[in-house]
Amino acid sequence: MSALLNISNLCKSFGGVTATDNVSLAVEPGELHAIIGPNGAGKTTLISQLSGALSPDSGSIIFKGTDITNRPAHARARLGITRSFQITSLVMDMSVLDNVALAVQARQGHSFRFLRPARSIRPLRDEALEMLDRVGLKARADDPTAALSHGEHRQMEIAIALASGADLMLLDEPMAGLGPQESTAMIEILKALKGERTILLIEHDMDAVFALADRITVLVYGRIIATGAPDEIRGNNDVRHAYLGEE
Amino acid sequence: MKRTTWVTVFVMLALAILPPVFLWTGNAFYVDLATRLVILAIAAVSLNLILGFGGMVSFGHAAYIGIGAYAVGIPVYYETYGGIDALASYGGAFHILLAVGVSALFALLTGVICLRTKGVYFIMITMAFGQMIYYLFISMEEFGGDDGLVIDIRSELPLVSLDNPLQLYAIAYIALVIAMLMVRTIVNSRFGMVLQGARGNDERLVTLGYNTYLYRLTAYVISGAMCGFAGALLGNFTTFISPDMMGWSRSGELMFMVILGGSATTLGPVLGSAVFILMEEVLSSITIYWHLPFGLMLMGIVLFVRGGLMGLIKGKGDK
Amino acid sequence: MDYTLLFIQTLNGVQLGLLLFLVASGLTLVFGILDFVNLAHGSIYMVGAFICASLTFITGNFLIAVLISLPIIGLVGYLIERLVARTLYSRNHLDHVLGTFGLILVLDTSVHLIWGPAGFAVPLPEWLDGRVELFEGVVVPTFRLLIIGVGLAVAAGLYWLVNFTKLGMLIRAGASNRTMVSALGIDISTLFALVFALGAMLAGLAGMLISPITEASISMGGEIIITAFVVIIVGGIGSMKGAFVAAIVIGLIDTLGRSFLDDLFKLFMSPQAAETSAPAVSAMLIYIIMAVILAFRPQGLFPPRVR
Repeated sequence: MSALLNISNLCKSFGGVTATDNVSLAVEPGELHAIIGPNGAGKTTLISQLSGALSPDSGSIIFKGTDITNRPAHARARLGITRSFQITSLVMDMSVLDNVALAVQARQGHSFRFLRPARSIRPLRDEALEMLDRVGLKARADDPTAALSHGEHRQMEIAIALASGADLMLLDEPMAGLGPQESTAMIEILKALKGERTILLIEHDMDAVFALADRITVLVYGRIIATGAPDEIRGNNDVRHAYLGEE
Repeated sequence: MKRTTWVTVFVMLALAILPPVFLWTGNAFYVDLATRLVILAIAAVSLNLILGFGGMVSFGHAAYIGIGAYAVGIPVYYETYGGIDALASYGGAFHILLAVGVSALFALLTGVICLRTKGVYFIMITMAFGQMIYYLFISMEEFGGDDGLVIDIRSELPLVSLDNPLQLYAIAYIALVIAMLMVRTIVNSRFGMVLQGARGNDERLVTLGYNTYLYRLTAYVISGAMCGFAGALLGNFTTFISPDMMGWSRSGELMFMVILGGSATTLGPVLGSAVFILMEEVLSSITIYWHLPFGLMLMGIVLFVRGGLMGLIKGKGDK
Repeated sequence: MDYTLLFIQTLNGVQLGLLLFLVASGLTLVFGILDFVNLAHGSIYMVGAFICASLTFITGNFLIAVLISLPIIGLVGYLIERLVARTLYSRNHLDHVLGTFGLILVLDTSVHLIWGPAGFAVPLPEWLDGRVELFEGVVVPTFRLLIIGVGLAVAAGLYWLVNFTKLGMLIRAGASNRTMVSALGIDISTLFALVFALGAMLAGLAGMLISPITEASISMGGEIIITAFVVIIVGGIGSMKGAFVAAIVIGLIDTLGRSFLDDLFKLFMSPQAAETSAPAVSAMLIYIIMAVILAFRPQGLFPPRVR
């Protein structure tokens, strides 16, 4: 199997509620794979199990040929999985640049380095600036993160995911709460990343999903009901019935 | 230069110049006051590393002061009256090594457990561990228990004599400057960025691949060791130690010094200790009930002064 | 082993445990509902003891004094909530801790001003001051039995309150979720003040009950508060059941450790080593137990439901 990420028979339930029901999925290197589904379909729960924030009840997760099912979150991050959060998760009391620099720093191995001032390390700084440039935030580098708008925070999340050098980016609703213009900008940013990084995208914005995705998986009540190219999904009756028809 | 930098230089210069002047003008009492201030400032600086920069609200930091002080007292006691020979010594190097080593070890052992908890659990459990050491020393009759222990002879160091108030002050002052520079270097380093990042958003840092627990634990141990050193100095200064030095209200006072001066700043803890010690001195000379206005002041500061004194100095526009 | 002594010490352990429960239950109640860390809870316990001591001298009867003191200490709690705690709710735990640390200084010094620096012995009525023979050769002070009785009665009352009343429903729901509480149509501000006053009454009652044994003293608050913290950490902060179980366990371990640890140590070390190490270990025993429990369950024995 040449898939970058292989999920087999993953199950997770909370009390009596099955949030992930026997999910199997393969994500190919370089593809942008979107996961869609109605609210409560278990999309975020799935992502959380991939990032290591939650541990599955059964099943396995293979990443780059390594079984990571029981690895802690920070170990998965080291292997090359990064996650952006549905609710913006940034270090608000640090500058924009520091946030991204922390991601670059994370890639370079451990940070038990006590002497040199981090902000004076040029390669670190330059790379963080470059990532900010790619998402259009270079001018805001020295501002406190808390001062940025919601849309800019989402862009920062992408810059951090890029800077962490991850092979697999788990993006949880990057368009959530964005205005039309901000959404368009975000689609352009993600388009530019296609092929360079493998992206697993959870998104409610169907225009964005169909504009970006190479393949789409539809999740309903924790179960996969269809996987395929955007056109196949659009034409799939089950999907229309269970999901698209409701919109 | 920024305003905070100017104030820092000014305060540190004042602390360097005033005590000798006091001594030469026959006000030896003020040298004592300054020595106590500077030693407690070292403890506050060490606490600031984890409280201010690491977001770990440790309520048991006075324990390290106690450990450090007894690390001087116990070897001196054994050397003078006999007892465990391996621990008997008047040597300053041995005392400091013991103070720093045992403090680091205690920080490591308790930190491993404390840092598994968060929020209010962390506050309470650090407090409980601090109190554990407090009761441990109370139970040790050999070293005076509740009544404390007199240190007959101060640590012997090459070149300087700690019996000379000015030389003791100089050592404490230099130690404070080194402690401030150390904390400053640490928090600006890559390690420090991770520490501060984890304070702001732990989940984010974990997602990036940092084992934030280990970073916190490391900072916790460094901070404990540094505070243990302050304790060794305090033992040499007071030449009398008692469990009272490490009770939980002492830990509370240390926290207050950090917050009063401004947490997560270089000068804040020093400024906080200075104001704290001076207030204590002034109020207690006026009335034996000085804790009453003192407590009211503390509550007022918590309620109305955000960011401490450094926050006031910084003002709004200055970044 | 001396079984009579073991029995009496077990009884003493239960009595200490129940007193700890009275203090810890108020602490955990205030934290569970208000999400507020009250360091000054021990000082309320101490103030309760002093008020009761004075009233015992005025009325000449300890029990009447307790009954009058309870509403007074409740009022003290109410005032503390209105004047201090209320403004701190929206702040972080560090501010709670520092603010109530200041409050401790204020309360302790006020007691010093009013009652002086010395402790206050509290006389018991004659019928409580004696001893009863429970069975052959086992004689215990009547008053200790009363403490156990009152402690159990309060525990039962709290059990009823938590499980069968509207207030209890809010407690169980972990009602720091303020929107939910207001959605239920409850005046939060009054609810919080009442909870705080109830917590103060529980702590005050514990202080009143202990004062005839140890006398009322200013330092008593600082001594109990840490142990009460250990209790609620071990039990799980916010859990009433956890507070009860942990209080009894801590009370027993502390009491039995102090009296029997040296005997236990003598089983596997020289008498001399046992004599010297036992006091040190028994002084640290409850903290060691706490550390062990937290190493396996960082949220305590009965962690409250996720909020």
